[in-house]
Amino acid sequence: MTFLNFLISGISLGSIYAIIALGYTMVYGIAKMLNFAHGDVIMVGAYICFYAVSRFSLPPVVGVILAMLVCTVLGIVVERLAYKPLRQAPSLAVLITAIGVSYFLQNSALLLWSSNPKVFPAFFTTESVDAAGKTVTKNGIQLFDGRLNISYVTIVTIVVCIIIMVGLTLFTAHTKMGKAMRACSEDKGAAQLMGINVNGTISMTFAIGSGLAAIAGVLLCSAYPTLVPTTGSMPGIKAFTAAVFGGIGSIPGALLGGLMLGVIEIFAKAYISTQLSDAVVFAVLIVVLLVKPAGLLGKQVREKV
Amino acid sequence: MEPILKVDDINVYYGSIHAIKGISFEVNQGEIVTLIGANGAGKSTTLNTISGLLHSKTGSISFMGEPLSKVPCHKVVSKGLALVPEGRRVFLQMTVQENLEMGAYTRSGKGVDEDLEKVYARFPRLKERFKQVAGTLSGGEQQMLAMGRALMSQPKLLMLDEPSMGLAPILVEQIFEIIQNLHKAGTTILLVEQNAQAALSVADRGYVLETGKIVTSGTGKELLASPAIKKAYLGG
Repeated sequence: MTFLNFLISGISLGSIYAIIALGYTMVYGIAKMLNFAHGDVIMVGAYICFYAVSRFSLPPVVGVILAMLVCTVLGIVVERLAYKPLRQAPSLAVLITAIGVSYFLQNSALLLWSSNPKVFPAFFTTESVDAAGKTVTKNGIQLFDGRLNISYVTIVTIVVCIIIMVGLTLFTAHTKMGKAMRACSEDKGAAQLMGINVNGTISMTFAIGSGLAAIAGVLLCSAYPTLVPTTGSMPGIKAFTAAVFGGIGSIPGALLGGLMLGVIEIFAKAYISTQLSDAVVFAVLIVVLLVKPAGLLGKQVREKV
Repeated sequence: MEPILKVDDINVYYGSIHAIKGISFEVNQGEIVTLIGANGAGKSTTLNTISGLLHSKTGSISFMGEPLSKVPCHKVVSKGLALVPEGRRVFLQMTVQENLEMGAYTRSGKGVDEDLEKVYARFPRLKERFKQVAGTLSGGEQQMLAMGRALMSQPKLLMLDEPSMGLAPILVEQIFEIIQNLHKAGTTILLVEQNAQAALSVADRGYVLETGKIVTSGTGKELLASPAIKKAYLGG
């Protein structure tokens, strides 16, 4: 039964990685760049939600929507100011800029919100009155006489991840905008000839990725409630790893990579060693990339001669 | 009558390379005009500049009396100018139908479905394979798809960049037949070709490019008969 517990928390953690990985993978697919500042957008989203709910006593839903709005705008602004001027620049320059944006966001957060850890409020609890008339706060459900504990956060995380995946898959497959995105990711010049505004499409991609990052931030901090300006950094790197693991540029790849990474991480923590868990995760990544350089679901890119 | 397309003394650079050196030409309503010349003469560069993928440093391009120089590439197609690019550049991971839908990206309404049917009627092979991913099509089918995709924008001027490139002779014949049919149906065509013989025999007029300049022009027949052209481009 403990195995099942670990598996479920692995899937839950993996779902968060998957949502973050979507941001990396979509931006890479269309702008052909690695947006290393993506992890820090998660942190910004979590802070916005934290302040909205804890300081301004807004309902959690409003907090999440506010966080999504702020992050969406942040994503678009970052792209406009930092990446768009470098559209023709070598990819190394863009990569270094992205790292710069990452530090800029972290240090801005440090300045604005200080380095003191914030305790993220628990959203997913239910209150009931027991037989003695005391109020009991529950944060999950117990099955099999308490041998299997599933927290509400876990359930919400997995459900949200499924909704996002299905929604995004339908969006790219069936909507005009989604098809335009796929066209841009294949051939920007030809897409322009069709009348597709490539800059607009790239903006849109950043907007979607950053909006999802806000959701991931709230879910992440609900599961691990300590919020500091570097909160997004490690999950960002893990999610990037997940995106590469699954095959960068592929939406199902982000899901598969995220879930596998989450499960491996939790199992490594449980059965091998807490300190070594990240080492195990990256060791698995290296092995996968040795065998399948394009990732699990990635397409082998044929170089034109 | 005012020409539908007027290119006036354009100069295009790739970095420091002066690729197009003051080219001027016109296309009139209902014509097939061809630009011929050797590899690297600047034919594709000219078409890419007209469609807005590249920009000319000096000179002007006007389409139906309207200057194109300030129009961004993605707005050119809705003016009625469509380019079938060199190497076809269909979206290989999208289905045939999705490719055609992308061709009509700037349009909406019922007309799109009607035009889809028209394209399928013109290219029955595409209809057979409408759910297939474009990457699985043969070279000739991809060329048809690229042409069908361009037609989906209802172009007033269709520009074709090397439509016969890499195709077997029988397919080349087919493609040129399609070009003539499109012309008969009233489409004005600007055709760039290395296959000068085929291009000149369907064209009303032609221009000969050499290293970024127009060296000769005339009607298709005149150019076919010209000894200099024969020697340089038609294999003696």
